Amino acid sequence: MKTLLLLAEHDQHGLKPATLNTLTAAKQLSNNITLLLVGPDSERAATQASAYQGVTNVMINNHACYDHGLAENIAALMADLAQPFTYLLAPATTFGKNILPRVSALLTIAMISDVCEIIDDNTFVQPIYAGNALKTVRNLQAKQVLSIRTSAFTAAGELTSTPAPIDVLTQHPQARACTFINQQLTVSTRPELTSARVIIAGGRALQSADNFDTLLAPLATKLNAAIGASRAAVDAGFAPNDQQVGQTGKIVAPELYIAIGISGAIQHLAGMKDSNVIVAINCDPDAAIFHCADYGLVGDLHQIVPELIEKL
Amino acid sequence: MKILVAVKRVIDPYAKIRVNADQTGIETHNVKLSMNPFDEIALEEALRLKEQGLASEIIVISIGPIQAQETLRQGLALGADRAILIQTDQDLEPLVIAQLLNRISLREAPQLIILGKQAIDNDANQTGQMLAALLNWPQATFASKVTIDQQRVTVEREIDGGLQTLAFDLPGIITTDLRLNTPRFAKLPNIMKAKSKPLEIIASETLGIDLTPRLTTLSIKPPPIRPKGILVHSVDELIDKLRFEAKVI
Ligand SMILES: Cc1cc2nc3c(=O)[nH]c(=O)nc-3n(C[C@H](O)[C@H](O)[C@H](O)COP(=O)(O)OP(=O)(O)OC[C@H]3O[C@@H](n4cnc5c(N)ncnc54)[C@H](O)[C@@H]3O)c2cc1C
Repeated sequence: MKTLLLLAEHDQHGLKPATLNTLTAAKQLSNNITLLLVGPDSERAATQASAYQGVTNVMINNHACYDHGLAENIAALMADLAQPFTYLLAPATTFGKNILPRVSALLTIAMISDVCEIIDDNTFVQPIYAGNALKTVRNLQAKQVLSIRTSAFTAAGELTSTPAPIDVLTQHPQARACTFINQQLTVSTRPELTSARVIIAGGRALQSADNFDTLLAPLATKLNAAIGASRAAVDAGFAPNDQQVGQTGKIVAPELYIAIGISGAIQHLAGMKDSNVIVAINCDPDAAIFHCADYGLVGDLHQIVPELIEKL
Repeated sequence: MKILVAVKRVIDPYAKIRVNADQTGIETHNVKLSMNPFDEIALEEALRLKEQGLASEIIVISIGPIQAQETLRQGLALGADRAILIQTDQDLEPLVIAQLLNRISLREAPQLIILGKQAIDNDANQTGQMLAALLNWPQATFASKVTIDQQRVTVEREIDGGLQTLAFDLPGIITTDLRLNTPRFAKLPNIMKAKSKPLEIIASETLGIDLTPRLTTLSIKPPPIRPKGILVHSVDELIDKLRFEAKVI
């Protein structure tokens, strides 16, 4: 039987959606799945995790040395636990990307990043070159380490009436690690960018953080959407870094993506071209974004966006 | 303090990417190659630390074909002191790259290693973390701000939820995100000077690392093409299409 260990991402409120996308991928590989949750606030998420269909086991380790997602100790723990498992998975979020390669190296295993399709037990597809090519890879290593592109798998939703047992781990292997100083997490009442059904994204053409607030925010509110941004908009300080969509930001695939004043550089397209419906609003009829848009509207965003807000 | 900066030669971020005819790789014929943008940022950060008097020597290292010397020369022109090329014609996996870098790190004993968070060809985002594991060093990935006070390095990093600040005592590893700095351009006299800076070439087979790939590439294909969309001519038409045709609002 192929066993699988999934490093779950969670916070004090519970499991992160990325974990549920990764669980869907995991279920394609194994029917013996253990979820690992670490950090002092892992209990609540563990109870939640144990209720998902497909989860055989939940392990938690609430030692403080695993707090804040610091890679060194979490990787040491995961490598320590790896022995009985065929697959080691984590979401390809900044959390998973930080930790999983470290686990892989501790185990001397070549890792596959950003799996977007599982063909069989040991054949996987991953995007390379900002999604301009798809690489199919065969992995014949006895143990496999895979990070999962969350936008390519739906979130697991099915619950079971017989929750999986929760084991509390007491060992806490550690490594030479960073010390946590602080973090500033963006607080928002909007849906999370990577799991939102609708995303309104703004580019350099928005010209200011003020315009993000007065033009994009009301539109996002009307459509219960998350707000995204191009790199140019983030670099210019119009939007926070966690809103960046693209090759080096977040990868999203919502039902509806509305790109406003974004030119459509390949690095931006890399993060959103798998959206179900794409709308582009841009004053330049030759902008590259129109090539991937289902509906394009050529014009000045300063006129179009207020009109959209009024008419929706 | 000695700083090691790893740089990779990749297809330029603004070049068009085309899958080759037999779907085994990417067309590189007549395509511009450049230093991976994240590695330019890594080198720039090292240069700034040296300018602040915090670093004594910067070594740029690349693993790749003989042509990667050009990338290293560019690094020297930007201000690195010397360069190392681990020469290979194979497309090595990040684990092997990390193992090779580990070998050189043990020999050179840098206190800080800075790498780009990902290379824009394979987008793997693995090497820095793997090297940190092999050295058992702390890792501060996706850095957007670095400050050093004596042995103490403080790094602000970009995470999905916002920003996180970590600190470690040297030695350690930093991987760079885009907003860490804006790299400088090389000045002409420095490009000339770079030609006489030391560049050591080491054959990859001589370092005692098993280079055999653990993964097999079966194919490389272009992504599916999205069906061509339409232009609408008014906000009313757009709303109508989204409501009744796409049914997404
Ligand atoms: C290594 C690397 C990684 C990168 N990663 C990312 C990434 O993850 N995400 C990302 O987004 N980018 C990324 N980039 C940057 C990318 O190449 C582009 O520079 C960036 O996406 C451009 O942002 P933009 O479309 O907002 O700005 P611009 O390209 O300047 O486009 C602005 C657009 O607004 C339009 N416009 C102007 N005024 C108006 C108006 N009044 N009404 C309507 N339209 C208007 C213009 O016609 C133009 O098309 C990366 C680049 C590199 C080199």
